[in-house]
Amino acid sequence: MALVTKENAGLRLVTRYAVLTLVALVFAFPLVFMIISSLKPDQQLLQDTSSLRAFLPVGDISLDNYRAAFDRAPIGRFMLNSIFVTIVTVSMSVAICSLAAFAFVYMKWSGRDAALSIVLATLIIPFETIAVPLLLMVSRLPWIGVEGVEWGWLNTYRVQIVPWIVDALTVFLFVQYFKDLPRELIEAARAEGASWFQVYRRVVMPLSGPVLATAVILKSLKMYNEQYLWPLIVVQDEAHRPIMVGLGYFFQLNVAWGELMAYLTLISVPVLVFYLILQRAFIASIASTGVKG
Amino acid sequence: MATVRLSDVRKSFGSVETIKGVDIEIGDGEFVVFVGPSGCGKSTLLRMIAGLEDITSGTVEIDGQVVNDIEPKDRGIAMVFQTYAIFPHMTVRENVAFGLTIKGAPKEEKERRVAEAARILQMEHLLDRRPSELSGGQRQRVAIGRAIVRDPKVFLFDEPLSNLDAALRMDMRMEIGKLHQSLKASMIYVTHDQVEAMTLADRIVVLKDGKVMQAGPPMDLYHEPANLFVAGFLGAPSMNFIPVNVDGVDGDHVTISSPSVDRMTVRGRGREFTVGQTATLGVRPQYIRAAAGTDGMLHGHVELTERLGSETVVDVALPTGGKIIAALPEDRILAHGSEASFEFDPSQAHLFPEVER
Ligand SMILES: Nc1ncnc2c1ncn2[C@@H]1O[C@H](COP(=O)(O)OP(=O)(O)O)[C@@H](O)[C@H]1O
Ligand SMILES: [Mg+2]
Repeated sequence: MALVTKENAGLRLVTRYAVLTLVALVFAFPLVFMIISSLKPDQQLLQDTSSLRAFLPVGDISLDNYRAAFDRAPIGRFMLNSIFVTIVTVSMSVAICSLAAFAFVYMKWSGRDAALSIVLATLIIPFETIAVPLLLMVSRLPWIGVEGVEWGWLNTYRVQIVPWIVDALTVFLFVQYFKDLPRELIEAARAEGASWFQVYRRVVMPLSGPVLATAVILKSLKMYNEQYLWPLIVVQDEAHRPIMVGLGYFFQLNVAWGELMAYLTLISVPVLVFYLILQRAFIASIASTGVKG
Repeated sequence: MATVRLSDVRKSFGSVETIKGVDIEIGDGEFVVFVGPSGCGKSTLLRMIAGLEDITSGTVEIDGQVVNDIEPKDRGIAMVFQTYAIFPHMTVRENVAFGLTIKGAPKEEKERRVAEAARILQMEHLLDRRPSELSGGQRQRVAIGRAIVRDPKVFLFDEPLSNLDAALRMDMRMEIGKLHQSLKASMIYVTHDQVEAMTLADRIVVLKDGKVMQAGPPMDLYHEPANLFVAGFLGAPSMNFIPVNVDGVDGDHVTISSPSVDRMTVRGRGREFTVGQTATLGVRPQYIRAAAGTDGMLHGHVELTERLGSETVVDVALPTGGKIIAALPEDRILAHGSEASFEFDPSQAHLFPEVER
């Protein structure tokens, strides 16, 4: 029999905080290490890794690494590229994937179930397997620009955006969410004279806050943090290069550790800002959909 | 204002036929109630009229136009759902105005019509609230308001009162009745509650297993039920059914007998009977009277009496094992287990060739 006394409860509280603090530290250590190291010259940085000094701003502290990193790579350009590609892709993705999910869940058309199965089946295809065929395709696609028709999409923003707009996971998230919305709301809107698109815009989307947050967060993190292989293949010019490919600038003959840490710290700032803005939506969406980025 | 006509309407879900050939005509401004037990296909039928469910075969016409392939939004209908289905992200005002907003109606017209609907339904004070701040009855008012602002040709109600408690249900029932009188619009109302059907309808359509059992004005169905099912479904308490033998047939006069009732002659009401067959005698509890001594035509033991003041409902066990209910129009005390004798006017009894179940 457990006796619940005041001391017991107090002890439990202390234990809980201790555990939470420990977990927070485990997650914070790499970040602290990154930021602290970005302030140290390479030699000291490497020496400090063998002791707790690695986490302390001690010794020869300066912003020299940042200055050098800016000299080495057009960081501002890379970040703008990544942010631009992320914003455009994510907005188009949630718009188009939610429309697709709407058609899959609410509208009746022949072949619907088969089509949905095929879309969801693409979840299991790793990107690496389609990278080469996709490269061949985009290298020959036409585009109507200011100077008429151009051929080939290499070294552009669109080659980094278009292939990523539609993905099965985002469609799936919306499909699951739409299935759980009360059907009568959709039927009431239709009976009230709404067209399919009006049902989508005025009833379904305004009620889709949680799934929108989830989709935006997952997709944004993917587009900003994980775009490496594809842009490495299709973007050769600096003007369109995203941040992750920019990492390569710091892995030349000798790895410039301090500058690398400075670069990583800088490119983390937008993620941090994004997180702070969407913090509440972030927590709510994980709580409601059980999906973690 | 419109007429609705269903001709041989059928609906299958996969291989299961749910609606099995329904013909109904609804006149301009008529209040028609579809009534039947749960699962008989009432909602399915209503949803086909609304355009929310496609029609497997047959035709639905609104105002003479076949609407089978017409989108709900172009059918000129408004629908009120059992679960209210009001939009949780909009205020009451926005909910009521939804149909007008969709149509792109001018702001002044919207305000005027929402105010008018709110006045009719006495919910002016609710207009700026959110649905989550409303009670069930208030939500249903909003749903009805949303239907009336658009001035539809046909109103469709799918069990709009089933989620309300008993007292509120009666109030709302009367309000819907008044609404029909003032709007004079065609209304189709689905319910499994025979009291709602009897009180609201100009005409009742009784459904069972996807088929129309009988259609007509409430009192016609009450007094002249076409079959055992309708006889048992309408009226409370339900009609008593007593199995009998047919002893003689003389035109429309049928002589019957049974261990439970004295031999008597009742009207056949145009139904065919043959001598020797078994049949079912139906007598409404309200037509059964207590007889003096043992003079009555029905005898049994009193099992239970419910004294309601103006009426006494008596459960009587028949010697053959069956049971009947009598609703006596006075306050009576009948001792439990006592022998009692009852009578009724054979001309008010019904004789059905079917046997129950
Ligand atoms: N979408 C559907 N898919 C399969 N069966 C259905 C569907 N909708 C209704 N049914 C079936 O059709 C029958 C009639 O349903 P419904 O019209 O809702 O009955 P009611 O409204 O009279 O209670 C029920 O047996 C129900 O299970
Ligand atoms: Mg129903």
